[in-house]
Amino acid sequence: MSKFDASRRRVLKTGAIAGAGVALPTIFTASSAAAFTNEPTGGTVTLGFNVPQTGPYADEGADELRAYELAVEHLNGGGDGGMMNTFSSKALQGNGILGKKVEYVTGDTQTKSDAARASAKSMIEKDGAVMITGGSSSGVAIAVQGLCQEAGVIFMAGLTHSNDTTGKDKKANGFRHFFNGYMSGAALAPVLKNLYGTDRTAYHLTADYTWGWTQEESIAAATEALGWQTVNKVRTPLAATDFSSYIAPVLNSGADVLVLNHYGGNMVNSLTNAVQFGLRDKVVNGKNFEIVVPLYSRLMAKGAGENVKGIHGSTNWHWTLQDEGSKAFVKSFGTKYGFPPSQAAHTCYVQTLLYADAVERAGSFNPCAVAEALEGFEFDGMGNGPTLYRAEDHQCFKDVLVVRGKENPTSEFDLLEVVEVTPRAQVEYAPDHPMFAGGNLGACNPGA
Amino acid sequence: MFGLDKKDTSKLIIVACLALLAPFILNPFPTDSALAQFNAGYPDLMQRFVIFGIFAIGFNILFGLTGYLSFGHAAFLGVGSYSAVWMFKLIGMNVIPAIVLSVIVAGLFALLIGFVSLRRSGIYFSILTLAFAQMSFNLAYSVLTPITNGETGLQLTLEDPRILGVSATADGSIPVTNLFGLEMRSTFEMAVGPWAFQFNAGYYLCALIMLAAFYLSIRIFRSPFGMMLRAVKSNQQRMNYTGLNTRPYTLAAFVISGMYAGLAGGLMASMDPLAGAERMQWTASGEVVLMTILGGAGTLIGPVLGAGFIKYFENIFSKINDNVLHTWFSFLPDGMEDAVVFIIHPFIGKGWHLTLGILFMLVVIFLPGGLVEGGQRIKGWLSRRKAKDGGKAAGETNPAE
Amino acid sequence: MDAILLQILNGLDKGSAYALIALGLTLIFGTLGVVNFAHGALFMIGAFCAVTLQRILNLSFELVDETQTDFLGNPLKVKTPYVEAWFGPDIGGSIIDWAVPLAILFAIPIMIGVGYVMERGLIKHFYKRPHADQILVTFGLAIVLQEVVKYFYGANPIQTPAPDALNGVVNLGAAIGMDIVYPVWRVVYFFFAVLIIGGIFSFLQFTTFGMVVRAGMADRETVGLLGINIDRRFTIMFGIAAAVAGLAGVMYTPINSPNYHMGMDFLVLSFVVVVVGGMGSLPGAVLAGFLLGVLESFASMNEVKSLLPGIDQIIIYVVAIIILLTRPRGLMGRKGVMEE
Repeated sequence: MSKFDASRRRVLKTGAIAGAGVALPTIFTASSAAAFTNEPTGGTVTLGFNVPQTGPYADEGADELRAYELAVEHLNGGGDGGMMNTFSSKALQGNGILGKKVEYVTGDTQTKSDAARASAKSMIEKDGAVMITGGSSSGVAIAVQGLCQEAGVIFMAGLTHSNDTTGKDKKANGFRHFFNGYMSGAALAPVLKNLYGTDRTAYHLTADYTWGWTQEESIAAATEALGWQTVNKVRTPLAATDFSSYIAPVLNSGADVLVLNHYGGNMVNSLTNAVQFGLRDKVVNGKNFEIVVPLYSRLMAKGAGENVKGIHGSTNWHWTLQDEGSKAFVKSFGTKYGFPPSQAAHTCYVQTLLYADAVERAGSFNPCAVAEALEGFEFDGMGNGPTLYRAEDHQCFKDVLVVRGKENPTSEFDLLEVVEVTPRAQVEYAPDHPMFAGGNLGACNPGA
Repeated sequence: MFGLDKKDTSKLIIVACLALLAPFILNPFPTDSALAQFNAGYPDLMQRFVIFGIFAIGFNILFGLTGYLSFGHAAFLGVGSYSAVWMFKLIGMNVIPAIVLSVIVAGLFALLIGFVSLRRSGIYFSILTLAFAQMSFNLAYSVLTPITNGETGLQLTLEDPRILGVSATADGSIPVTNLFGLEMRSTFEMAVGPWAFQFNAGYYLCALIMLAAFYLSIRIFRSPFGMMLRAVKSNQQRMNYTGLNTRPYTLAAFVISGMYAGLAGGLMASMDPLAGAERMQWTASGEVVLMTILGGAGTLIGPVLGAGFIKYFENIFSKINDNVLHTWFSFLPDGMEDAVVFIIHPFIGKGWHLTLGILFMLVVIFLPGGLVEGGQRIKGWLSRRKAKDGGKAAGETNPAE
Repeated sequence: MDAILLQILNGLDKGSAYALIALGLTLIFGTLGVVNFAHGALFMIGAFCAVTLQRILNLSFELVDETQTDFLGNPLKVKTPYVEAWFGPDIGGSIIDWAVPLAILFAIPIMIGVGYVMERGLIKHFYKRPHADQILVTFGLAIVLQEVVKYFYGANPIQTPAPDALNGVVNLGAAIGMDIVYPVWRVVYFFFAVLIIGGIFSFLQFTTFGMVVRAGMADRETVGLLGINIDRRFTIMFGIAAAVAGLAGVMYTPINSPNYHMGMDFLVLSFVVVVVGGMGSLPGAVLAGFLLGVLESFASMNEVKSLLPGIDQIIIYVVAIIILLTRPRGLMGRKGVMEE
């Protein structure tokens, strides 16, 4: 299987007069004959999977890559077809995309905007990728989304939870399936109200960068609407590894709920530290002290081990869901790799299928046609119930899961249990909601 | 030529040829062949080669000549990028004002940090520069977000004023960086048989600026000022005893190399209008130290080679995956193919750090003078062989500069 | 008042990790004159000794339980650790529970061995080379070591809990009528660090071996001329320094779950500590470690942060700059060391 016959070059080759060489003037990387950047003209189409392979999110990136490989296999008609069988749209035939065999290139984002853009650029300029997808942090997603807008290819975001991705930094060529900070708040609030009542005092520890801030804002707004008070919002440095000096003051602050707006390694450490300091055994204001982790990741929760038990948070998807789509996906992923997929793997797999389906329905790889097919697209059977890709901001609206660290896990994967599936209606918001205001999709850019 | 002696002129010409013919040299494999994976001749990577070349050349003016090891040079690159992006946001998309401003701002920043840090020497100096750079990084990531846009990095938006340009083009997208109308991203493709070569406007701008920067660094190396800096390296105390205050000289070198870093930052932003805080992190500062030492500190060409070496691994090796390996070794019998892929697997893709680390160690252990020494050894070996063939005594290797 | 005492305590506890790493770094630098960028990696290897022992103790055999199913619907394989099978669930369970303290015994020989191999195999050849080369080669080694660990253990943090008995909190202020609740394991860590630091100092102060090493640190040539094989002793000191870093790592695992890049996270910080303390000064390294730990804790107090936003991000560096500008060679540095 060769992945180097990027079809763009084939065009050039056939158009070229052998020997001395004839120069074709082109703008960016599209040939003058093509209608848009990297138009696939041969028998194959190349997708770019840009995931963190080094750095703290490398394991999450590896899981994303597994999902992509699975998706490519299914698109090309291999394996058991996975979610293609449960997907409400039946445009995909299992013969690639528009009859072209799907090939892919991989790259390393290093979870740094610069490196992620360099990697994405090489996929576009060198390998002729027509779509870029992946990533495990919002900074990277926003940076790569901006690049894809300029270059004229579609960006299907991987794991990115910041409101900004489809808020003030939204782009016409970028699409997000993953949920966001606002949705976490809206989904968690009713559950927290039932569990802990309306008379609570919350203390926020927040990772000091944009994602942390948008989540803190979302959760504080949602809980304050319940009648909770927010006693303090403390920003912690991203590079912090020991959170004890931030946890210690919580003990005497009068707060009875601690909200940890941390992700990844930060979350593991801050949660571990909070439990070490005995916060969970404390009684404040006559109530049991509680900890909330608004964005859960099962892969990361494993690093915190016992400490996650009984702690609530939200997640985009979990492998124990019993709908047909989730079961089909878990089955094909589990059969191939021997363990269940993570939420990052799920969102990446779904994004790839959604892209392929949109191309099939549009009948073209042109980013503008694909974007039009995705905008306002209603679908089902992908694990989150009936879902809408909203045209105004390219955000997916679907059910959100509220989960809890499981008390008696039966296996090393069985760390979380789904407490409630918050229906889509409850997490919807207006496109011009203040937390998402300030951005502009702009016009779709086909490159060329 | 240009006031250089014969040896330096030939060096300049070699570098000029390499830079101008890079699209050919870096694309040795036909695009359809399995080895095309190793082609590096696409605009983004070529731009990175020369931009990091400029960065390393500048760093070498400080470290190679004075011996002062700065561990915070990435801060100047970062500051340069931020200034350039702000110019694109406020003034317009022409790259000249952006690059000029980034050099000036980085120079001022270097003056400030250099003035304080150069009060100490040796490792104390290194830690002072490290401390300033890490402070800049941490603040840029968090508290200074209104200026730097924090984690996400400073980007252009459709709402930017751009008083000398347009906020948005007619078709509703963000305008692109240009040099008096010549778009930096415009690329001229040439197909020769199975090969495809890309000539990118932005790359050639960077390459020309790199040549100017390289020329300037030769002049600095050969000037009385350069001699003075070398004297500082060999024995600063003696210099001080002769009644000479060395600080203005070292400070000048520090500011010049800071401006080189700012220039690199400005160019980076001009090629790709985004400035992220990670550019200032200590790992980025460490990277330029590695480039310089790996290539050969104190030599003229070394830093450029080192920059190319590291960027090549970062961008090419990280993109090789198992699938690619299977393509390469598909001629082997099945069992053997799997075995070969299994053995190589840890070193490619997500393992590119490992390969780079091992190569670092090998170069440092066996080539104390860096890649330049490797080149000299090969040259020496070749000339010895030639000499032997001619029945003469073995020639001496050229001394390092 | 309680809050301030709590932060002092917290600072000492953080500082003890800094001090231990800086102590090892200074031992290597003071004896061998080598700037060891792989020291953070030694700390990380120590931590993974604990992870490895935990894994070894948890080695299990599998029994198929037909009554339960796994996530694919196949019969569940129930795992039982061999240790529990051999010693019974009670004793076996508590052996697994005490994996981290047991790992100290496991880590000492491994770390000394790693240190010995590193010194003989690599660092030895770099004594005469410039510091820049030493930095580069040890940095390369650090990358290689962490990538190897990543290859085998993955990139995610791995939980290694303290024994249940040491997992709770203790009220340290009870005796003086105050409420200072603190995790037991962190208190253990602090006393452990004090013990190791005390041990190293008395070893250097009160044994003949230590005396020779100190003499060698002061004037290597003269000691060599006296017919003493100082190189051999320095190699042993390298092993000891590696063991100190490794033990700091082993004991750190219950505080924060170890991951492969924890060494790099500590690397810059430990160099700042060593330099602030003064290159080559053991007491300086320890003092600077505790000092920076305490100041870092104070800077993260809300009262301080509201006065100076973002101060906790940069406090370490601000302190380093102030100290280096007022005291040219750090707190206790000697003249002429690493000043070229």
